[in-house]
Amino acid sequence: MKTYDLVELASRNLRESVLRNSLTTLGIAVGVASLVAMLSLGIGLQQLANRRLEHSGLFDSVLVFTPRGPEGFGPRRAASPAEPRRLDESARQEISRIAGVAEAYPEIRVPTEVRYNGKPFRTVVEGLPPSAAESAAMEGIQGHFFSKPDAAEAILQADFAKELDPDTARLRGRPLTLVYAESVSIGNFPPGRSPTGAAAAGRSPRSDRGEPAGFSVLRKEATLTIVGVTESQPNAGFERFGRARIFVPLDLAEKMIPPQISALLDSPVRQPAPPAQAGSAGRPTDGPLYATLIVRVADVKNIEPVENAIKRMGFSTFSLQDATRNLRQFFAVLDLFLGIFGSLALAVASLGIINTLVMAILERRREIGILKALGASDRDVKGLFFAEAGVMGLVGGAAGVALGWAIGHTINLGANIYLQRQNLPSQTIWLVPWWLVVGAIAFSLVVSLLAGLYPASRAARLDPAQTLKYE
Amino acid sequence: MSDAAPRILRAERVSRHYAMGSAVIRAVDEVSLEVGAGEFVALLGSSGSGKSTLLNLMGGLDRPTSGAMVVAGRDLATLGAEELARYRRHSVGMIFQSFNLVPRMTVEENLELPLRLAEVERGERRARVEEALDRVGLQARLRHRPSELSGGEQQRVAIARALVNRPTILLADEPTGNLDSRTGTEILTLIEEINRASGTTVVLVTHEEARADRIAKRKIFLADGRLVEERKPN
Repeated sequence: MKTYDLVELASRNLRESVLRNSLTTLGIAVGVASLVAMLSLGIGLQQLANRRLEHSGLFDSVLVFTPRGPEGFGPRRAASPAEPRRLDESARQEISRIAGVAEAYPEIRVPTEVRYNGKPFRTVVEGLPPSAAESAAMEGIQGHFFSKPDAAEAILQADFAKELDPDTARLRGRPLTLVYAESVSIGNFPPGRSPTGAAAAGRSPRSDRGEPAGFSVLRKEATLTIVGVTESQPNAGFERFGRARIFVPLDLAEKMIPPQISALLDSPVRQPAPPAQAGSAGRPTDGPLYATLIVRVADVKNIEPVENAIKRMGFSTFSLQDATRNLRQFFAVLDLFLGIFGSLALAVASLGIINTLVMAILERRREIGILKALGASDRDVKGLFFAEAGVMGLVGGAAGVALGWAIGHTINLGANIYLQRQNLPSQTIWLVPWWLVVGAIAFSLVVSLLAGLYPASRAARLDPAQTLKYE
Repeated sequence: MSDAAPRILRAERVSRHYAMGSAVIRAVDEVSLEVGAGEFVALLGSSGSGKSTLLNLMGGLDRPTSGAMVVAGRDLATLGAEELARYRRHSVGMIFQSFNLVPRMTVEENLELPLRLAEVERGERRARVEEALDRVGLQARLRHRPSELSGGEQQRVAIARALVNRPTILLADEPTGNLDSRTGTEILTLIEEINRASGTTVVLVTHEEARADRIAKRKIFLADGRLVEERKPN
């Protein structure tokens, strides 16, 4: 028999015992719905967690520093055979070019004195790259992110903002003055001279000999406009210098080069130029040295290769990779268990299919005999019962996906009403990706066909001469 | 067997035994017979004589325990299940005492069943159904269910269904058994017409010798599974 005729006959047969077949199909639908609801909850939670973590900047970032340690206070590694690579602009460019790296920017935190309304406050200023606009910390911002990458603007951390003015809404648009120390290189000055205006100087002994010398610290002031107040803090998990409470554009922060202890220790002391080339060629570096680079990857999966590539360049790295791996493992196990519990209902439903079809065989013994007398082969009879199981599986699967979707939608709705009452932003907790829709219907079909195996082969084995004998 | 007609069916020492506990039931026991193409043969015998079992063996619904059942040159005993189904589908049509229509299907759907099994194209099916119903005079009952028809009409539908795939042999198992005398006669007349008009070979199982006398060309008597007598109608 042709497949089309088989399906048509099967559908026709199913329409005959409407109540029984509908109940069986409903059983399958409930099974599929529970599977879809469970799995989509797992998927939704996983995506929610991933989204939150990715935005937090904790899991998609690698901290890069010279092997001695980010602060430069760690013991020197005597065993290190080669000179450590300098963490400067060229290194930053090189890291940026590693496949999978979204951006690499220096972590710049500057201790400052802040003047607001003439009153001084002491705090730490941090530079934020333009990409921080997308981070979770900026989601609940009062006001807006920096208008330009080098705008003279500041975003305040909420607690600090309250210190400035209890009514934080009034702060927006008001000026803020930063007083900070800028380090200025004083290399290549003739012996005995120092740059004009230097308020203090750190000098290595060699500066007397006209070689690259060290730096001088200048007192600087900058006036910024407050554009926003944020509750949380970007990169909060990586803070080591104490909380930064004022955020400024990274480009602006890079100009406020703080005295870097690593610079004092590394250069020029450890990289003396050969005497013959002393002069401009002997300059140890073309730009500032960075204490720490923050490298963000495009995809959390890239963390490990990127970290390894940076390590091969001779830098030390730090990331929370292990934490994300554990998290992924947790969700894999969660999904597995949700899937198993969801499948249980479908397994029960498959027993319903077996029961319904076995009943149908008993009822339709004579009809099977007639079919065989008319020339139906065992395969035709088997195919017919198989098709009946398949139609129930397909219809039940589709209904189940719809039902599961409705259940999930209700969960979402309820959860969001709760979140709203708690003054929290709404979230998609429950998610049905297209592959789950297709997969659930296909799974339902396969389970139904498996359930149809026994009844179908039993029907095919019926002896037509015997079945037609009964009056 | 009439001498003029070529042989279409030949049973050679055909037996069909059933095991019932330790006892063996010999439903058909070493029966040998021949049927010519286009012939009308009546199988007669009392209840339990083995005539229906023999008919099932001819129709490929059952397989002989031993012996050969050769139809159109092929021994049904040696055919595989798939080939035997094809034989039932294309070469033979069967009608029964209890009509054996599928009660939940309309007349048209019942007639379509053999056509579906034979994978006849949709477009052709309708014409074949109408042609078959035309032969039994029931064109107006296309959309009726069997329960809406009289016994005679149901048997006519069954005959139309048996003929819809244009078989060469029609096997009728007590087709008048559930009908009143007049309707029974009408049905037998219809079968005789089919035999005469299209040359379809007919094997009719009945226990009413008088009816067989009226239409059959040859009578074969069975008793206890054995062929006991063969003779021309009175």
